[in-house]
Amino acid sequence: MTQQTQLNIELAHAEAGMRAGHAESLTRRSLRHLLRKRIALLCLAVISVFYVVGAFAPLIAPYGYAQQNLDLSFQGPSLHHPLGTDRNGRDSLSRNIFAARTTVIVTLATVAAGSVLLPVTLGMLAGYRGGIVDAAINRTGEILSSMPGLPMLVLISATLRPRFDRWVVCVEDGIHYHGLTSSGFADYFLIFFALSLFGWVGGARLIRAQVLTLRRSEFILAAEASGASTRRILFQHILPNIMPIVIVGVSASLGGVAAAEIGLTFLGVGIQPPHPSFGALITDGAPRTVLQNHPALLLVPALTVASLIFAFNLLGDALNDVFTSRAK
Amino acid sequence: MDGLAGYILRRLLFLPLTLLIVSFATFYITRWGPGDPVSVYSGQYRDQEAFDRVRHKYGLDKPIIEQYGIYLKQIVLHGDFGPSFRFRDRSIPDIIAPKIWVSARLGVYAFILTFLIGIPAGVFAAVKQGSWLDPFVISIFLFFQSIPVLVMVPVLVLVFAAQLHWLPSGGFDGVFSKSMIIPTIALSLPSIAGVARLARATTLGTLNEDFVRTARAKGLDEVTVISRHIARQSLVPVMTTVIGLSLVGLIEGAFFTETLLGIPGIGRFVFESVNGRDYNVILAIVLVITTAFVLANLLVDLALIVIDPRIRAGRGVR
Repeated sequence: MTQQTQLNIELAHAEAGMRAGHAESLTRRSLRHLLRKRIALLCLAVISVFYVVGAFAPLIAPYGYAQQNLDLSFQGPSLHHPLGTDRNGRDSLSRNIFAARTTVIVTLATVAAGSVLLPVTLGMLAGYRGGIVDAAINRTGEILSSMPGLPMLVLISATLRPRFDRWVVCVEDGIHYHGLTSSGFADYFLIFFALSLFGWVGGARLIRAQVLTLRRSEFILAAEASGASTRRILFQHILPNIMPIVIVGVSASLGGVAAAEIGLTFLGVGIQPPHPSFGALITDGAPRTVLQNHPALLLVPALTVASLIFAFNLLGDALNDVFTSRAK
Repeated sequence: MDGLAGYILRRLLFLPLTLLIVSFATFYITRWGPGDPVSVYSGQYRDQEAFDRVRHKYGLDKPIIEQYGIYLKQIVLHGDFGPSFRFRDRSIPDIIAPKIWVSARLGVYAFILTFLIGIPAGVFAAVKQGSWLDPFVISIFLFFQSIPVLVMVPVLVLVFAAQLHWLPSGGFDGVFSKSMIIPTIALSLPSIAGVARLARATTLGTLNEDFVRTARAKGLDEVTVISRHIARQSLVPVMTTVIGLSLVGLIEGAFFTETLLGIPGIGRFVFESVNGRDYNVILAIVLVITTAFVLANLLVDLALIVIDPRIRAGRGVR
């Protein structure tokens, strides 16, 4: 098929869509353009593999993440342990796979709250309501963003951890299910909470600015004039137009959240042992004696994390390109 | 410039309010937590009577709100940050000033390296726009940005200290020593991508300007056109914006770099203070960093206003 005929077919499809009354949305069209970029596809592939492996970790990993065999400590790669074992004789491959699960849980939860729910709600509120609501949200954001993030996160985790732990035990007693504490639920929740608390500011600002411009546009005025309810205007008219910002924001923050969890775990306030996280694996592999004799224990988690974040960054770039050039 | 002066004044007036709220939040969070400096200091087998006496002496047995009131009064009336619980014979400014000085010198090194690599790389990428070199150069630095500092430092130590024995594996002995090289690289590599991109974008904006065409028409060689006419135009906005913006990244990076390499800077000291529950020191450091952030952001905004008159006109009321 030549390029020309392909183009014609596409045009025909687009026309058919318009006639049918549902012109393709900006978001859909931009995402379709994204899928034509080879780098973007490659990044999506890397990210998907990582997330599938993480999500199905218990099925894929050959061993448990805490399963020790002290006879086999610091083994090199072998058929039984493709990436060798660590100090406690735990299978390195399995620990990396379970660490991916930690990253998957933390990034998805944090991004859902800190890059979608909070910024969209607060940004739309601030931009559409204006007045004192706008001022309150803006000032809160300004104060949060002028605090030094990392020490505050460390302080919050150090203070809240015992309380969360106690709270989780209470919940366990209430629902008569006793797997929550051992699943490390409190750690995940704490990281999610602390990162979302500081994470929403940038996104909310961008969305607010966009809502401010949209408010004065003709189609919103028309909707208001025809008596549409505030809810209808916000969700039917404004929300679809801020989707590009939300999508770009999500892809931009995923890498940062993954890195933040690793950093917090390294500082001892993130995921607690024996639960695996790339932060814990890197910390275990970083001491000089370990590093000199068993570099794989650092390099495998380090390269995995670096390529994941690299994929996020490249994808974020591609998304940004697609949306900013299409929006014009 | 009346509007501009008013704008600066309003921003500066907001600073004390920010500091007030940040200090209260930090104060509350630190003291709310389990453990206090006296219990860290006295350990497991303590004399209850002495424990209570010391707690009472520092006012730690009062309600948190009351403690905050006392703290606020002292700091506003006497400029006194209160006692440090770990170093009891020294005042807090005396304790943290040398640490900040170490970190600041490291930060300046990192800034310089970031610009020395980032700006030429960005200008180069812009000039080569359309060829494979443009995305290639940017991607390389994007890759470095993707490596957490936490990973970068051990790898650099492994290669340059453990294997090649070129550099020391940590510590700090002055600005003109080899011990500065690894931390400087680790701190600047992640921020080069941002500088390079900004330099690329501003350069692309000037590539087709009239004065560039004039320079070419005069018969200047390409190197002079790029270095004298194009790069100089993009240098100023990039510098001012990035200095403010990357201050945050630099401080965050310093926490890990200093901890991993055993550099006695402020980043490492924060965590030692958190572990020792040294309330007043933590609070003082948080307040210093917050002030630095606010002032840096103000400077960036001012620089942008000075550079781009459109922002000045369109700013209006905030």
